[in-house]
Amino acid sequence: MDIHEYQAKELLAKFGVPIARGGLAYSPEQATYRASELGGTVVVKAQIHSGARGKAGGVKVCKSEKEIEEAAEFMLGRKLVTHQTGPSGKLVSRLYIEEATNIDREIYLGFVMDRASERIVVVASAAGGMDIEEISATQPDTIIRVSVDPAVGMQQFQARELAFGLGVDPDIVNKIVPAIMGCYRAFRDLDAMMVEINPLVITKEKQVLALDAKMSFDDNALFRRPHIAELRDKSQEDPRETYASDRGLAYVGLDGDIGCIVNGAGLAMATLDMIKLAGGEPANFLDIGGGASPERVTKSFKAVLRDKNVKAILVNVFAGINRCDWVAKGVVDAVKELEITMPIVVRLAGTNVEEGRKIIDNSGLTVISAETLADAAKQAVEAAKKA
Amino acid sequence: MAIFINEKTPILIQGFTGRIGTFHAQEMIDYGSNVVGGVTPGKGGTSHLGRPVFNTVKGAVDETGAEASIVFVPPPFAADAIMEAADAGIKYCVCITDGIPAQDMIRVKRYMRRYKKEGRMILTGPNCAGTISPGKAMLGIMPGHIYLPGRVGIVGRSGTLGYEAAEQMKALGIGVSTSVGIGGDPINGSSHRDVLEHFENDPETDAVLMIGEIGGPQEAEAGLFAKEHMKKPVVAYIAGLSAPKGRRMGHAGAIVSAFGESAAEKVEILKGCGVTIAPTPSEMGSTVAQVIGRLKKVA
Repeated sequence: MDIHEYQAKELLAKFGVPIARGGLAYSPEQATYRASELGGTVVVKAQIHSGARGKAGGVKVCKSEKEIEEAAEFMLGRKLVTHQTGPSGKLVSRLYIEEATNIDREIYLGFVMDRASERIVVVASAAGGMDIEEISATQPDTIIRVSVDPAVGMQQFQARELAFGLGVDPDIVNKIVPAIMGCYRAFRDLDAMMVEINPLVITKEKQVLALDAKMSFDDNALFRRPHIAELRDKSQEDPRETYASDRGLAYVGLDGDIGCIVNGAGLAMATLDMIKLAGGEPANFLDIGGGASPERVTKSFKAVLRDKNVKAILVNVFAGINRCDWVAKGVVDAVKELEITMPIVVRLAGTNVEEGRKIIDNSGLTVISAETLADAAKQAVEAAKKA
Repeated sequence: MAIFINEKTPILIQGFTGRIGTFHAQEMIDYGSNVVGGVTPGKGGTSHLGRPVFNTVKGAVDETGAEASIVFVPPPFAADAIMEAADAGIKYCVCITDGIPAQDMIRVKRYMRRYKKEGRMILTGPNCAGTISPGKAMLGIMPGHIYLPGRVGIVGRSGTLGYEAAEQMKALGIGVSTSVGIGGDPINGSSHRDVLEHFENDPETDAVLMIGEIGGPQEAEAGLFAKEHMKKPVVAYIAGLSAPKGRRMGHAGAIVSAFGESAAEKVEILKGCGVTIAPTPSEMGSTVAQVIGRLKKVA
């Protein structure tokens, strides 16, 4: 789960990470009021779940009330498109008004769950401001990595090593170390998957500040972090995905026209691959879980049908513990209940597959039954092209 | 022989008396697995499915001599259950539980390092379908009847995609020595590479099918191992060719976040390591058949 910059900063500040003064605004009027509280030059920052907001017009330095009002008018209610948001962009409904800073140096600081070492790894670079992909492509030599032993956690000396490695003045090191340690503790204590401070700045006044902050959290750990779960902002999610995830389905919206309902994440990915190979485009990834009960099948049809681009649906279920006839009945009932008229291709495999296919074939519905994965994909692609 | 489990392996069920534990324990017993008891803290001294229930894994191991365990404990308590098994001297543990926090798994992995490598418990999963040595024993939630006993090993992240492979192989008359699910989480007990090593050392396995997916470094690492240390042929299919970057495809671990983690990149790396690639998921069985066919010709 991702959160907004201002939320991440509030969390990090509690762990001793220094941030600039700022406040939240939902309207141009609030924006100017916040700015007057801060005084002087401010930065108006659109709050969306994406980086690279600056290039999309989502960050503006403002010197006067008029400029603040104009910036707020421009951003609020607008969908900002960045390379991370996809073509439909993300809606701005909150602004963060922050006091401007005199930047002397910018540093990249990131914390990730490293899968190779199975540890939390800290990544830093003197080339702050750019995103990490850009840094690793253009200035890989500037990247410093430190890995944290989970038994004892991050140690001060590791943070010092990072700071000196970045070539920071000795008197600043004492200010950067608590910032690094604070980010680490926030990562560990809040079950984060990623913390990124880009940039961490050193001001001309020799202050250290987290100027931007991104955090994302382990969905599997939200049960024990209720105050983090509360920070979820559904307006930043694909509405198709919100609908499905609120009903316990693992759904990822894609751009094609063939809706997919599959049990198991691996089989679901394989099904999308087969559709592509057959010349079609999947509209979604959807894993209904290993079980595939009739209720879940019905829920899945509802989720898939919310996408208006869908022209055909492919159901691929490998019934292991369940029986195919039970799954088939679930599919037939769902199609009747939801009065679905578009072509549906059903491929069943596993226990009682013959009985399952008979139920599909004798249902009197426009449901096509397929024997193999390849056959199912081919039929679904043809059906979508005809529709 | 197979790997990890056979018909004799004494098995313990952790989370025995719960609804899910009960259902799958019965399935395993029906398949012929040697289930010797289970653990549910607080229910020790009772009996369930005709087997004794214990309060602690240590108590169960002392009484029954259990060597393997399977964890059906809910996510908040699953990491604890795995560490308890490791401490009690269980040799092989499968964790079925889906939804364990990543930092809990980091802690589990770190905890297990306190035991010397020779005596250390082998963990597969979490978030997997388990392990089966067809015709011998099942330690998982898979439908046992889709596996034909034989001499090809299967290792994969996904449950149902593994079933798909087993069924394609069965249709072609190809049997399985052991099928191991390593699970879809970013931090897991054993990697593809770890399991390949066991198959390489198993005299009853002739070839291995590896079913990978997008995300993480494990498939590439396994390819390198196959190239440098394996005599047995490896066939691989990588799911997620059509997955967009940065989107998590169901499995917590199935997300492309770095170079070398997309399906296309993994396929290229594996090809470079001499691994035979099944080009589509419907050709996993036939690709294995070709590779075994070549083995027979050489012999």
